[in-house]
Amino acid sequence: MERIYIFKRFERFWHWSQAALILFLMLTGFEIHGTYVFFGYEDAASYHTTAAWTLVGLWVFAVFWTITTGEWKQYIPTMDKVDAMLKYYLTGIFTDAPHPFKQTRVTKHNPLQRLAYLFVLVIINPIIWTTGWFYLFYNSWSSWGVGWLSLEWVAFFHVIAAFLMLIFVIAHVYLTTAGATPLAHIKAMITGWEETH
Amino acid sequence: MSIPRIQFLAVGALAILFMLAGMANASVEKSKAAAKAPAVAAATDKKPAKESKSTADHSKFKELDKNFKTGPDVTKACLECHTEAAKQVHKTKHWNWEWVNPQTKQKLGKKNVINNFCTSVESNQTFCSACHVGYGWSDDSFDFAKEENVDCIVCHDTTGKYKKIPGLSGHPNYKSMEWPPHSGRFRPAVDLKKIAQNVGKTSRQTCGSCHFFGGGGNAVKHGDLDTSLINPGHALDVHMETNGLNMTCGDCHLSDSHEVSGSRYAPTASDDKGALIRGSQDERNPTTCVACHGNEPHVTEAKLNHHTDKIACQTCHIPAYARGNLHTKMTWDWSTAGKLDEKGHRIRTKGSEGRDLYDSKKGHFTYERYVIPEYVWFNGNVRFTLFGEKVDTDKVKINEFLGSADDPDARIWPVKVFRGKQPYDVGNETLAVFHTAGKDDAAFWGNYDWDKALAAGMKAMDVEYSGNMKFVETEMSWPITHMVAPKEDALTCAQCHKENGRLHAIQDIYMPGRNNTPIIDKMGWTLALLALIGVLIHGLIRIVTSKRG
Ligand code: HEM
Repeated sequence: MERIYIFKRFERFWHWSQAALILFLMLTGFEIHGTYVFFGYEDAASYHTTAAWTLVGLWVFAVFWTITTGEWKQYIPTMDKVDAMLKYYLTGIFTDAPHPFKQTRVTKHNPLQRLAYLFVLVIINPIIWTTGWFYLFYNSWSSWGVGWLSLEWVAFFHVIAAFLMLIFVIAHVYLTTAGATPLAHIKAMITGWEETH
Repeated sequence: MSIPRIQFLAVGALAILFMLAGMANASVEKSKAAAKAPAVAAATDKKPAKESKSTADHSKFKELDKNFKTGPDVTKACLECHTEAAKQVHKTKHWNWEWVNPQTKQKLGKKNVINNFCTSVESNQTFCSACHVGYGWSDDSFDFAKEENVDCIVCHDTTGKYKKIPGLSGHPNYKSMEWPPHSGRFRPAVDLKKIAQNVGKTSRQTCGSCHFFGGGGNAVKHGDLDTSLINPGHALDVHMETNGLNMTCGDCHLSDSHEVSGSRYAPTASDDKGALIRGSQDERNPTTCVACHGNEPHVTEAKLNHHTDKIACQTCHIPAYARGNLHTKMTWDWSTAGKLDEKGHRIRTKGSEGRDLYDSKKGHFTYERYVIPEYVWFNGNVRFTLFGEKVDTDKVKINEFLGSADDPDARIWPVKVFRGKQPYDVGNETLAVFHTAGKDDAAFWGNYDWDKALAAGMKAMDVEYSGNMKFVETEMSWPITHMVAPKEDALTCAQCHKENGRLHAIQDIYMPGRNNTPIIDKMGWTLALLALIGVLIHGLIRIVTSKRG
């Protein structure tokens, strides 16, 4: 079996800590939202805030890393082979057809992945960030000159983004099993080494 | 490659961004610290006034070593030294029972307001003036300019033996008399000499001798003021706790020239200017939580400080009122008053706690303790429905606390809402004044005849009774501000941040945990569920096809 080193140490650390934080933010976020009681509102709100700040910190490093290593190019969208990927997931994967995408160190994401991650990067995250920050600094709005903002709308978009994130996570977690073997992708994200198709 | 330069620029821009954010944050923290400082200072100089530190011992004054015959005689003696005292009292609400709200121009004060307890003072002064700081107010001929009419003792007694008796127009009993009436018990004549020789500062007892008994009995009216506050424990009142701070009413209700601060006719609903420092020349009300604690009193949970721009301290820190084990009156239905037994005698039925449930004189009551307040927006403006105002509904708001979410001066306040049914003059379309107590033929408590009582009451207001009356439902709000609980007992976040929480009546704000956009929730969960089902089916097909293959 062919193996290539895809995910560097920082990237793996980033991925798993981000995953944990996002799961935790969803858990506490939907509790704040009133969907269920788990930690209790007070703790949920304070954990959510702490986790949000931690994610901010992680992101500073991640953005720095992505830019300085040039890895940002991994997210440049391409429509090339998107249809082939879709066809593969809809039929090929069941018939053991060859994977249309060849993973390499310079292109580690397949075109669908690129699009999906880009969507997270440029749609979900910015919404969650901006609304999250406004939410955090609710009391400073008037001194920032944005007193006209309404919490209702800020929360509205924060919640929409939270749902989008949830849907992304469901699809993402499932697709980790679509590697050469069901655990191949997960292993890759733990060890860095991917078994290719 | 030109990429390194882009990288450099991007990193630089990011670094600057974070520095700016950090600076903004630091300046916020700094201004917070500045606002906090006075509050800390105020908290450390707490010295409860336990024993008199006065430089004068009144028992050594020969002016007071006399067998005074009446209250006014005592007052004259007081005024020999305290030459300006009566003039000062003459300017106060305690004396005039009248106050004009400069904003609404409404003429308020006990003399003018109709409430839904004993309803109105007019025509009933001989009784009501048991809580007037004066002697002799029995009708409109009372001389408000006479200095010896001021009652110094009722506020400055320290013996606890001074009691003004309803029916004596503000006087105590100078002779032994049966009290309560028909009880077979006798009150000895008041010992004015002893009392005069022992005057001192006001106390929880002296203020309480009227304010704990509003509405005609202990704990009846306010809900947050009753005799349990004379000797309260920690759980009841963190400020007045006898073994703790042991504060008196006057420690918060600072007075100047006999004018006592704090008023429920014009309460200070919000103050965002921080703690009041001694010497400060601004004319803010010193009787607020903020005056000592500032606007950011929460040290460990900063998020709580973010609530002070919307929520009055009282809302969280007085989780319930009437916590002193005494029941406060919640409703009063005058419409059933006047029923007598077969022999034509007054009926009184008592509940298990010894509280009147029915009294022929007054109608039906209900009482509660440990009552959860209702909550309203309140900006300090109170509008009253006054006598003579045309009222065309069967649900009258005796007073209304004004304010809303988008009013920067409004805070969410806890209130006791007292509900009742009381007489209304149909012809004059106004809440009615009726003659309640007195030895004459018209007094309702003697004759149980509404028409006579109303004719006399309305006449005293210079209006002719139309002869046609009915009972209307009324509501009156009382701000809850006393009986501040220990911080462990304050409301928790989740008591409001949930569906049907404490603030369910306040609907003009978005509160996380309570509000959401139902359509977004429905769509969100549906799509998430579909995604989950989708991947499960996909996975299932993969498993099945791979087995086959
Ligand atoms: C995956 C990431 C996140 C998810 C799924 C998420 C989800 C949620 C949800 C569902 C709520 C409840 C909103 C409501 O009902 O009004 C919430 C509240 C909140 N979120 Fe997030 N959130 C995330 C990230 C963030 C971030 C990054 C920030 C800040 C930068 C943030 C700040 C907040 C704040 C301040 C609240 C209100 C908490 C309070 O009651 O004080 N969130 N979040």
